[in-house]
Amino acid sequence: MNIRAQVSSVFHLDKCIGCHTCSIACKNLWTDRKGAEYMWWNNVETKPGTGYPTQWEDQEKYQGGWVKQGEQLQLRIGGRWGTLGKIFHNPSMPTMDDYYEPFTFRYGDLTSAPAGDDQPTARPVSMVTGKPMKIEAGPNWDDDLSGSNIYAANDPGVVKLSAEEQQQLFAIEKMVMFHMPRICNHCLNAGCVASCPSGAIYKRGEDGIVLINQDKCRGWRMCVSACPYKKTYYGWSTGKSEKCILCYPRQEAGEAPACFHSCVGRIRYLGVLLYDADQIESVAQRDDKDLPAAQREMILDPFDPQVIADAKKSGVADQVIEAAQRSPVYKFVKEWGIALPLHPEFRTLPMLFYVPPLLPVMSMNNQGKQKLADDFFATLEEARLPMQYLASLFAGGNEEEVKAVYRKLIAVRIQRRSVTVGDLPAEEVSKACTVAQLDTEAIDAIYRMTTLTRIKERIVVPPMLREQAIEAGMDPEEHKQEMGFGKRISPKRRW
Amino acid sequence: MTDMILFGVFPYVAVALMVGVGIYRYCIDRYSWSSQSSQFLESRVLFWGSIPWHYAILLILMAHFLAFLVPSGWAVVVGSPLRLYLLEVTGLALGISTLIAVVLLISRRIGNARVSAVTTVVDWLVLLALLLQVATGVYIAFTLRWGSVWYMHTATPWLWSLLKLDPQVHYLAALPAVVKLHVFNAFLIAALFPFSRLVHVVSVPLTYLSRPYQVVVWYRQRRVR
Ligand code: HEM
Repeated sequence: MNIRAQVSSVFHLDKCIGCHTCSIACKNLWTDRKGAEYMWWNNVETKPGTGYPTQWEDQEKYQGGWVKQGEQLQLRIGGRWGTLGKIFHNPSMPTMDDYYEPFTFRYGDLTSAPAGDDQPTARPVSMVTGKPMKIEAGPNWDDDLSGSNIYAANDPGVVKLSAEEQQQLFAIEKMVMFHMPRICNHCLNAGCVASCPSGAIYKRGEDGIVLINQDKCRGWRMCVSACPYKKTYYGWSTGKSEKCILCYPRQEAGEAPACFHSCVGRIRYLGVLLYDADQIESVAQRDDKDLPAAQREMILDPFDPQVIADAKKSGVADQVIEAAQRSPVYKFVKEWGIALPLHPEFRTLPMLFYVPPLLPVMSMNNQGKQKLADDFFATLEEARLPMQYLASLFAGGNEEEVKAVYRKLIAVRIQRRSVTVGDLPAEEVSKACTVAQLDTEAIDAIYRMTTLTRIKERIVVPPMLREQAIEAGMDPEEHKQEMGFGKRISPKRRW
Repeated sequence: MTDMILFGVFPYVAVALMVGVGIYRYCIDRYSWSSQSSQFLESRVLFWGSIPWHYAILLILMAHFLAFLVPSGWAVVVGSPLRLYLLEVTGLALGISTLIAVVLLISRRIGNARVSAVTTVVDWLVLLALLLQVATGVYIAFTLRWGSVWYMHTATPWLWSLLKLDPQVHYLAALPAVVKLHVFNAFLIAALFPFSRLVHVVSVPLTYLSRPYQVVVWYRQRRVR
C-alpha cells in the first residue's frame, strides 16, 4: 500500500445557477495578465453545448487523454518517441481560434472623440494585436443555450445520440440545459504530467495538486494537447504553459480556493481523499463502463484503522488523516455515492466529481405535479435529458451509474417532501429509500450537506504543513520571505 | 587584419557571450528559457516552416560538426565519388528545404497579425541571420564544389586552431567572400544565442524517453515510519 492524500472536490450541479462568479474570482486573482487573458482556469459551460475550447470533449480532434494499447496505457497523442517527434509542430494543438481572441474596447474614444454628428462608439480591439476586430467568439459564447442549433447541436455528447434522442432533446419548448463549471481535475493519472517533455509538470506529493514548474517549462506545448479537459493553457506572450493551481497559496494559509470561496450557489465542496497510489495504473486500464466504480473503489475509508495505520506508514500526516475524516468529498463520492467523475473514459482519473443535475432530468409529465415514487423513478426512462447523454458525461457511458445517483437524489426529495409537506404515505417514502438504497439517516445527511452547511463544513482544507516542513528542515530565520511569495520576477517576456 | 578580427577574435567573443550570458540567463532568469512557440497563434504555415526547418537544419549542423570533430572519418565518407555525390545532393536538398522553410517562417511573422504582435527585435535578428546563413550556405553548395571536401582542409584545421587557442586565420584567407560571410555569420548566430529564443536548442528534452510518466514531488522527505 502506498497511501497518498489528494485534495479533491465535488460540484453539485443542481445548485449551479451559472452566474460565472467563480470564473471572475479566478480571473481577477490569476489570469488578468498579458498572454493569459484568454485563459479561464475556471469556466462555466452550458450543457448541451460545445464548451471552451470549442468541442474540447472531441478527442478525435484534440487527441487528449489516454488510450489502452493492449496491456498498457498510452497517451492518445502518441508514445514517447511519437510525442517527441511532434515537438517541432504539434498537429493536435488547439489554436487561439478554438478558444477565442481576447478583446477589449476603446473606451477612451467615448470621451475623447471630437464633436460630430454621430455618437462616439467604443470599438472592440484585439488584446493580441491591438487592432479593431469583429468579436465572433467568447469563453461562454453559447451561454444558456444561445445559438443552440449551432452550439448545443454540435456538443460531442449530443452528436453521439440517436436521431430520435436528438430530436427529443431539441423539441421546441422542451429544451433543457444545465451549467457545468470546470476547473483542473488534478488527476491521479494526469495526461499533462505524462506528456511534458521537460518533466516540468508534477503532482505535489502531500496534497496531490498538479502544478507546472514555470522555470522548467520550455514551451514545448504538449500538455495543451494531452490534457483531455483542455485545462492547461499556453501563454502566448510568455511562452510558458499555465494551469489552475487550486489556489495552493490560499490553501496553505487555510483559505478556500477563490472559486470555491466566491461560489454564490455554494455548489462547491472540497476535502481530502486517501487513495492507494499503487493502484493508479491498473484502475486507469479498466473498461470504460467500470471506470467510475473502479475509481470509487481505490478511494480508502479514512476511519478504517488499517487504512489509518497504512497511511501513517506511507507518511501521511495525522492532521491530514483527520481532515480526510471530515472530508465532504468522501461523503459525496464514497459514502453516499452521488458524485461522479467527468469523462472517466479519458482515463486520467480526475479528482473533481460532479453531482449530476436532477432538474433537467425530470420528465415533462411531472412538471409541477407531485407524483409518487413509482412515477418518479419511471421518469428516468423518459427523462428530458437522455440518460445516455448524462452517462457519456459522467460514467463512461454506463447508464446504470447515473441512474443509481438519480434514484438517490429523488429519494432525498421524496423524503424531504414527506417531512415538510407531509402529503406522502409512509410506505411510499420507505419504498423510495429501498429503491435508492439509502437509509433515512443518509438522506438527512445529504439534505443537510447540500442545504444547511457552512463554509467550514463544505470546504475542509487540510493543514498543508508547509510551515512545519520549513522549520523541520531549515532555519526559518534564514529563509524568511522565501516561501509563499512565489516569483519575484514578473511573468513577462524579457529575452 | 580584418581577417584576424573576424576569424581570430570574434569567434572567441561569440563563444564567450554564448557561454557567459547563457549561464547567467539560466541562473538568473530561467523563467525566460523557452522555445517561445507561436503555434497557438498560427499553426498552418508553421507546419510547413517549422518541420522542414528543424529536421533539415539539425542534419546539416550534424554534418558540419562531424566534419570538424572527426575529420578522419569524414574523409573516408567523402573518399568515394559516389558517396560524395550522394552526400552533396542530400545536403543541397536539405539546404534548400531550410531556405524555403525560413522564408515561410519569416513570411508568417510579417503576414500574420497575431504572430507579428509577439515578434520582438531579437526574433527578427535571429530569423534574418538564419536566412542569411542558409542562403549563403545553399549558394556555396551550388557554386563551390565540393564543400564537404574543402571544408576538411580549411574550416576543420581553422576550428581546431581556435580550439587550441592559437587561431590560424590563414586557412580561411584565400576563400571567397561569400564563404567568409557564412563563417562569420555562424558565430554571429552563436553570439545571438543567449539573447534569443535560440536557447531552446540546448534544452532538447531527451530525458522524456526514460522518465516515469507521472512525476510526484514531495515537499518534505517522506517520513517513513
Ligand atoms: C532538437 C532540437 C530542437 C528542438 C526540440 C526545437 C524545437 C523548437 C520548437 C518547439 C519551436 C517552436 C515552434 C512553434 O512556434 O511552435 C522552435 C522554434 C524555432 N527553432 Fe527550434 N528546435 C530545435 C533546434 C533548433 C535549431 C538547431 C535551430 C537553429 C539553429 C532552431 C531554430 C528555431 C527557430 C529560429 C525557431 C523560431 C521559428 C519561428 O517561430 O519563427 N531550432 N524550435
